[in-house]
Amino acid sequence: MDAHGPHGPYTTIMAVEYNGGVILGADSRTTTGVYVANRASDKITQLTDNVYLCRSGSAADTQVVSDYVRYFLNQHTIQLGREATVKTAATLVKELAYQNKSFLQAGMIVAGWDKYDGGSVYAVPLGGTLLRLPFATGGSGSSYLYGFLDQAWRPHMSKDEAERFVVKSIALAIARDGASGGVVRTVTVNEHGAERNFFAGDKLPLFHEEIPPGRNSLLA
Amino acid sequence: MRWEEEGMKQNAFIMGNKLMGSSPHVFSLIMPSIPITHTQTPYVTGTSVLGIKYKDGVLIAADTAGSYGSTTRYKSVERLRPIGQNTLVGATGEMSDFQTILQILDRLIITNAMFDDDNTLGPPDIHSYLNRVMYNQRNKLDPFWNTLVLGGVKNGVKYLGNVTMLGLHYVDDHVATGFGIHLAQPIFRNEWNEDMTLEQGTKLLEKCMLVLFYRDRSAINKMQIANITEDGVKISEPYALQTKWDYEAFSNPTVGNEGSW
Repeated sequence: MDAHGPHGPYTTIMAVEYNGGVILGADSRTTTGVYVANRASDKITQLTDNVYLCRSGSAADTQVVSDYVRYFLNQHTIQLGREATVKTAATLVKELAYQNKSFLQAGMIVAGWDKYDGGSVYAVPLGGTLLRLPFATGGSGSSYLYGFLDQAWRPHMSKDEAERFVVKSIALAIARDGASGGVVRTVTVNEHGAERNFFAGDKLPLFHEEIPPGRNSLLA
Repeated sequence: MRWEEEGMKQNAFIMGNKLMGSSPHVFSLIMPSIPITHTQTPYVTGTSVLGIKYKDGVLIAADTAGSYGSTTRYKSVERLRPIGQNTLVGATGEMSDFQTILQILDRLIITNAMFDDDNTLGPPDIHSYLNRVMYNQRNKLDPFWNTLVLGGVKNGVKYLGNVTMLGLHYVDDHVATGFGIHLAQPIFRNEWNEDMTLEQGTKLLEKCMLVLFYRDRSAINKMQIANITEDGVKISEPYALQTKWDYEAFSNPTVGNEGSW
């Protein structure tokens, strides 16, 4: 049982509820072993206009799950006559994750906005448990964030506070987790829709023992 | 991945299942048809659940931790749930399987209510049904990775029982799962008696939960107690126990024998 602690899902993802919506965030590194196959990947996938998915674990598994859920939600929206709720999207993701648990390696976070529950975040970890939470993290980088989040997270943040919080968290994880890196992508979803944002690697906050780019001191 | 290790391949990608009541949507992939075996590993797990009968009913306690291997990943997981009017179920083990079991029990209660004949399902009925569910899954080599504690009061009869993931089931005056079997049951055997008041029963459970917090690495100091009486099920808000660390012997245990612990 011990070997199945946070492992495998090589990435950092998170989603946070704020006053009026949600912020999803992720790093952009995809590795095959020790090689960085893609340094600018996009791990935040759209399911509907108002619901997005953070993906960690096997890229293939999460792509297949998100494709199916996007297809089902598309049909559901047409039949229902109004936009799907975040809870419905999360339940569909959970259903796939749970029923196929023996051969999927996918840790996912579903987040979005609907008029019934406002901003909601749902975690779907390995095994297919479904948990609605005020914020959720996933991926190998999330191990490095538990202490920081225990101390720094507060409920009812504003949109800007929440976004800065997400960027700082992912940046901290990138600083220590070899499997996470690159840029921080965020998606903000609220009643007005969804907005993508991009925080370049060299624009992220610097931490202990990290230095900004500078000139070679020998060429003074 | 699991299926690679076993050399087994699933021949369909499953969405929905028969337990949900509607026909499953199965998408066939082109793969060889080899018998499907599951027998999973648990991922998000809950630790011990304790239960005792007392004068007016049944008390069941559990903490609110969802562990992920050795990490305490989720700290507010409700592992005690009411079923119908008279029963409470508490779960140890894989939380996703517990969530599925709750859906199955929900369907059972609703289907029974639809007969509209004033018959309600009591604790022995739910216990029996759960046992069948767990045993049948086990026979498919695809168990619900849980141990369940089942308690309630109906028509003046107090009921408390256990069902394991193998389909083993029994009733008793006091039950425990997980670490609780080793640490709490002995205390129950020594200190439980039939006429305990609510206060005495709560104190006994809290004493055991404290021991579990000290000695079970997966336990956290945030618990709920449920009280089931003839009047129904009441689950407390999560609360924490007072711990004691100020023993003399704790402050400098290695003085005189450096290197020991």
